[in-house]
Amino acid sequence: MSSVFIALQANEETRPIIEAIEADNPQARVSREPAMVKIDAPGRLVIRKQTIEENLGRDFDLQELHVNLITLSGHVDEDDDMLTLHWDR
Amino acid sequence: MDMKTPEKKLGIKERYRYLTRDLAWEPSYRSHDEIYPYLAYEGIKIHDWDKWEDPFRLTMDAYWKYQGEKERKFYAIIDAHAQNNGHLNITDGRYLSALKIFLQAISPGEYAAHKGFSRAGREFAGAGTQVACQMQALDEIRHAQTQIHALSNYNKYYNGFHAFSDHRDRIWYTSVARSFFDDAMAAGPFEFMIAIGFSFEYVLTNLLFVPFMSGAAYNGDMATVTFGFSAQSDEARHMTLGLECIKFMLEQDPDNLPIVQKWIDKWFWRGFRVLGLVSTMMDYMLPKRVMSWREAWEIYGVENGGALFKDLAFYGIRPPKGWEDAGKAIDHMSHQFMLGFYQWRFGTAFHSWIPSDDDMNWLSQKYPTTFDKYYRPRWDYIRKAEAEGKPFKNFGLAKLCQCCQLPCVFTEPDDPSQLCHRQTTYKGEIYHFCSDGCQDVFENEPEKYVQAWLPMPQLFQDPVNGDLAAWMDWAFLTDGKDNGEYPGSGDQLNFDRWRGLATSNT
Amino acid sequence: MQIDLRTVTIEPQRQAFDHLVRRFGDKPASRYQEGSYDIQATENLHYRPTWDPQQELYDKAITQIVMKDWYDLKDPRQFFYNTYTLTRARQQEAAESNFRFIETHGLANVVSPALREKALAVLVPLRHVAWGANQNNTYICGYGYGTVFTQPCIYQAMDHLGIAQYLSRIGLAFGGTEALAAGKKAWIDAPAWQGLRRYIEDCLVTRDPFELFVAQNVALDGLLYPLVYGDMVDSGWAAEGGSGLALATQFMADWFDETRKWIDAVMKVAAAESAANRDTLTAWAGTWGARAAEVLLPVARLGLGEQAEEVMAERRAELAARLAKSGIKI
Repeated sequence: MSSVFIALQANEETRPIIEAIEADNPQARVSREPAMVKIDAPGRLVIRKQTIEENLGRDFDLQELHVNLITLSGHVDEDDDMLTLHWDR
Repeated sequence: MDMKTPEKKLGIKERYRYLTRDLAWEPSYRSHDEIYPYLAYEGIKIHDWDKWEDPFRLTMDAYWKYQGEKERKFYAIIDAHAQNNGHLNITDGRYLSALKIFLQAISPGEYAAHKGFSRAGREFAGAGTQVACQMQALDEIRHAQTQIHALSNYNKYYNGFHAFSDHRDRIWYTSVARSFFDDAMAAGPFEFMIAIGFSFEYVLTNLLFVPFMSGAAYNGDMATVTFGFSAQSDEARHMTLGLECIKFMLEQDPDNLPIVQKWIDKWFWRGFRVLGLVSTMMDYMLPKRVMSWREAWEIYGVENGGALFKDLAFYGIRPPKGWEDAGKAIDHMSHQFMLGFYQWRFGTAFHSWIPSDDDMNWLSQKYPTTFDKYYRPRWDYIRKAEAEGKPFKNFGLAKLCQCCQLPCVFTEPDDPSQLCHRQTTYKGEIYHFCSDGCQDVFENEPEKYVQAWLPMPQLFQDPVNGDLAAWMDWAFLTDGKDNGEYPGSGDQLNFDRWRGLATSNT
Repeated sequence: MQIDLRTVTIEPQRQAFDHLVRRFGDKPASRYQEGSYDIQATENLHYRPTWDPQQELYDKAITQIVMKDWYDLKDPRQFFYNTYTLTRARQQEAAESNFRFIETHGLANVVSPALREKALAVLVPLRHVAWGANQNNTYICGYGYGTVFTQPCIYQAMDHLGIAQYLSRIGLAFGGTEALAAGKKAWIDAPAWQGLRRYIEDCLVTRDPFELFVAQNVALDGLLYPLVYGDMVDSGWAAEGGSGLALATQFMADWFDETRKWIDAVMKVAAAESAANRDTLTAWAGTWGARAAEVLLPVARLGLGEQAEEVMAERRAELAARLAKSGIKI
């Protein structure tokens, strides 16, 4: 199956987001590269608002992701509660 | 009036629909064709613009808010970089050549994309598509400006940056990138989207920004990392737009498939040639290297591009025609470019150099099948000539490809010992090409490519008339400062001296 | 190796990029200058557009206005992406807290049904007018010549999109989705809006970027914004218990005060360039201005009733005075 990925800047703001992604996607592979963290997953990756909020201890708008986002691949599906990257249809 | 549906109850998708596409209306005082005059001639058929899926649903207030945050961070870092002599933190002054190429050739492309997306943002007939294009137009001027601002401080201390605005229009190698963006802008709105939105943004920019910017981080250049990653965060939206756009065209009408496929073939090859510049930046110009061009291609080309084309096969799209030739070129291109730059170093507004033993050992490890066999011997030969006081320079003019405008320095895909050269006669004139891919592009639209401005013939025209010094003046190239070899250059002397001041007490 | 680089005093080799030294002298350049001047390609353009082979990729000749140097049309606000975005980010924060205030204090319910009806009847169809303005400014940015003239136009275009979205939210807050549907129906069918819709659709086929600048930014917006956000919202409806509406449209009122300074500066410099430019601008401002006043009158009646004629006459005189300061007498 093709992989999807997302890369975020490596900083204090993204740490709880990356932890949330790891928790919600046990199949994901996290690689830490200079100044960035890249997360690959086979076929599908979900980013859940609720998990991030639990890590952060505050409300989180999924669009805040844009601030530290570097790149992604796959089809993007965004609703109020989660952002999904996927190759299946 | 009763308040039946308060705003807060709308879901993100529904709310976004009210805040964008519901703003448009079907005109009745003027015809559709008058308002959108360029939508028909490319042959793409769109039956229902409402089928467009908005990739990211950013309203303007959210756009201002989040982009504002990115901007605050970015300028805080480059201000600090300028105030603290951050340029002395880079690993080595050779690294500056990569930044010079970036400013001369790539930043003007960001501006061209800004103009192109403004046009697309007006010419498409669907509000969803238009808004996405307009936001990209706005982002692209951001990229041009943040790059100029980040590199402005380098210009104060090093040569080669000072005339980027003149170099954009006159120097030979910038014409590669310029002709690429001019080509896209001269195309219709749909082809423009496949050219920039899909092929460049989706298939290729990851290769430009991600590994190269990681490389900048590795080499201590916080200014560049910051503009690179900050720009790339917008790129994530742009890539999604490019992918949405191609799916939309393919879903609207089966007749669109052959047209789109032809554009993918063309623009993949055009983009691949432009990005060849990046291969050299990565393999040769980063003093400390994160990964080779080959490794970056494996991740962002083979793996990611492979996933993409596997997905698009659903619509009948096959991988671009030049995909295999590209794969065969990967192990050669950075070496061929660097050898080219080195031999024409009198005519570049950046420095080149002979790779050190360490560099060459790294290259042979990263390119085990090609470097020792084909390229180390050439560098050894050049180094020997240099040691004997007979530096190797090529004052002969390169034959430029009529399509990509690079010198014809590439080898046959299946025979790395043979230079690749193709030609076509059109209306009694002979045109030269570096590859099958470029020849195909020309032959599909000869009337377009015969117009290309080729920088080499300019050398023999007024006001230069074959005089190299006059050409340098005309091209705003300061001989002995901007060009030539890095060892012994003003940049090297200054960088080493200033670093010495910073690390010692004398 | 981490070294303390601040301790090093080194002399810069040069102050600024060459093209900026040529324009402004040998001194450090501002970020506005770096990000705006000479960043558009000027020569050795490679191909003619396939969409119109008569044009160049960047073409000065698609407008009747002639400038020796298009970079004379400086934006007095000196907006480049950063300053533009940060300014709007601050304004959107204020707008957001206004909307929150309206919601938490139930201000939408305080407005009398009559005023709500009237306000929605005017404000909601204006989201379509703002969309037209977005289209037109996107066009000017795309096809106009020279970054200092064109970059504010993409900012203006996105501002109009933002305004269209704020107007939509006002519709939603004060009348729900039904209000948006009713407003769109009025925009398409109701006689009061047809003159204005025709005006906008005529703008959409106007392909001289500078004429479009006059028709949209000078004539139409120059009359519409003071009329709606001044005469109606601030002077008229606030006194009728519509202070929530004033809060919700604060962005538009502030925005108009800011952007008109840029528009006036562009007109002034272009008119001062030559008698021919002044004549062209005078003719455009005269025709489009008269037409804009005519098509706005029925809208003024919706919001102001019988005072409409008198107020429109004032607004026309005000616009004429504004233009006169730029050397254009209509």
